[in-house]
Amino acid sequence: MTPFTLARPASLEAARRAFSGDAAFLAGGHTLIPAMKSGLRAVDTLVDLTRIPGLDSIRRDGDRLIVGAMARHAAVAASPVVAGAIPGLARLAAGIGDPQVRRRGTIGGSIANNDPAADYPAAVLALDAVIETSEGTHAADDFFQGMFATALADGEIITAVQFRIPEAFAYAKFRHPASRYALAGVAVARFPEGVRVAVTGVAYAVFRWTEAEAALSADLAASLPALERDDINSDIHASADYRAHLAGVMLDRARKEIQP
Amino acid sequence: MKVNGTERAADAPDHRLLVDWLREDLGLTGTHVGCTTSQCGACNVMVDGEVVKACTVLVASCADSEVVTIEGLGTPEALHPMQAAFRAAHGLQCGFCTPGMVMAGIAIAHAHGPDVPEATIRHALEGNLCRCTGYQNIVAAIRQGARAMAEAGLLGEPA
Ligand SMILES: Cc1cc2nc3c(=O)[nH]c(=O)nc-3n(C[C@H](O)[C@H](O)[C@H](O)COP(=O)(O)OP(=O)(O)OC[C@H]3O[C@@H](n4cnc5c(N)ncnc54)[C@H](O)[C@@H]3O)c2cc1C
Ligand code: FES
Ligand code: FES
Repeated sequence: MTPFTLARPASLEAARRAFSGDAAFLAGGHTLIPAMKSGLRAVDTLVDLTRIPGLDSIRRDGDRLIVGAMARHAAVAASPVVAGAIPGLARLAAGIGDPQVRRRGTIGGSIANNDPAADYPAAVLALDAVIETSEGTHAADDFFQGMFATALADGEIITAVQFRIPEAFAYAKFRHPASRYALAGVAVARFPEGVRVAVTGVAYAVFRWTEAEAALSADLAASLPALERDDINSDIHASADYRAHLAGVMLDRARKEIQP
Repeated sequence: MKVNGTERAADAPDHRLLVDWLREDLGLTGTHVGCTTSQCGACNVMVDGEVVKACTVLVASCADSEVVTIEGLGTPEALHPMQAAFRAAHGLQCGFCTPGMVMAGIAIAHAHGPDVPEATIRHALEGNLCRCTGYQNIVAAIRQGARAMAEAGLLGEPA
């Protein structure tokens, strides 16, 4: 690993100040440290966010579930507040990686990274979330901008994710048996005005499946559309046709869980 | 920080990985490096009571923490109940994965209690790879070890 200096600020303001030059924030480190070990990434300064108080809180505020950026996957999986508001989100967190990964990895790190096969981005998008940062807020619809790309500016820190509490939410994932990431993951949220559907693992970045949204908003038992896009990923793990088919199977599983 | 109950200065460069520091600077070579890519769990240690992969944690992040490695669990004369169960159930062959498996087993016992079902153990071992045993005896060892830990009064109320 290329040497770097680690800053461990105790406040958000100090973290913003510590971020200068060639720097990165460190949350759970379960994406960043492997990337640095393999030489994919090198920085001069790492700014550790773990000492900033309050960033890992999980609370409900009216029709919103607010999950702090530093909430670990294991904490979300075990939280009674999450289980009460959006139980499918607790199940999603419990299905990320393995227990050791879940004890370190955070929601903020996962969405800042925006891996095309990560789980949380699908939930954030389907649940019409608002991403709170040190500089303001982003709507989920504008936040995810392509493979590993987000609306975050250099030095901008995610502080929390505000999920809109739906009438029902489900996430179905076909996991890669070795990595546990999604070969296809479909998140479905039922709101009074309609259904939102987000898909991960299938294309180069998470996306909303608008044809499925239209079909399910009209009738939850509708016959489902086939997924047609020109950016479906094809690799040694699965061909584009297979991934598109899996997305349909996962959509069918998830929609069965959100029936009234 | 504390390692196996002894005060230690975390005098390592900021980019030093916990596993390398434990093995190379402290000579605690019971913690193994299997993959270095955060997959195999051979490097599992306890940091503030939580089992994590030491190849994916910086020493500098543990500056105020308490770390327990396989050497800190028991002694050859008085093994930790989970270690004793691995021996009794023959939960190892070459032994390379074993320190990490024992740590994972202890975490499983704490999380799921003495009557943890086999399927739960298998699911909770997703982050631990063994190339020898086929897992059968490892799962049996963790079941025995969880019961033995409860009998020894090492388990609180299951979460
Ligand atoms: C073996 C293994 C299996 C895994 N399996 C899965 C899986 O099945 N599904 C899945 O979704 N993920 C999986 N992951 C990834 C895991 O969930 C990571 O923990 C997560 O993607 C990143 O979170 P982190 O807290 O570890 O972030 P870090 O690694 O610390 O950071 C990741 C990136 O986000 C930035 N960042 C972190 N926090 C913030 C913040 N608050 N504001 C702004 N930028 C920030 C960092 O600078 C860095 O660029 C796996 C990882 C491993 C090692
Ligand atoms: S060496 Fe740490 S997980 Fe394999
Ligand atoms: S006993 Fe050899 S790797 Fe597990």
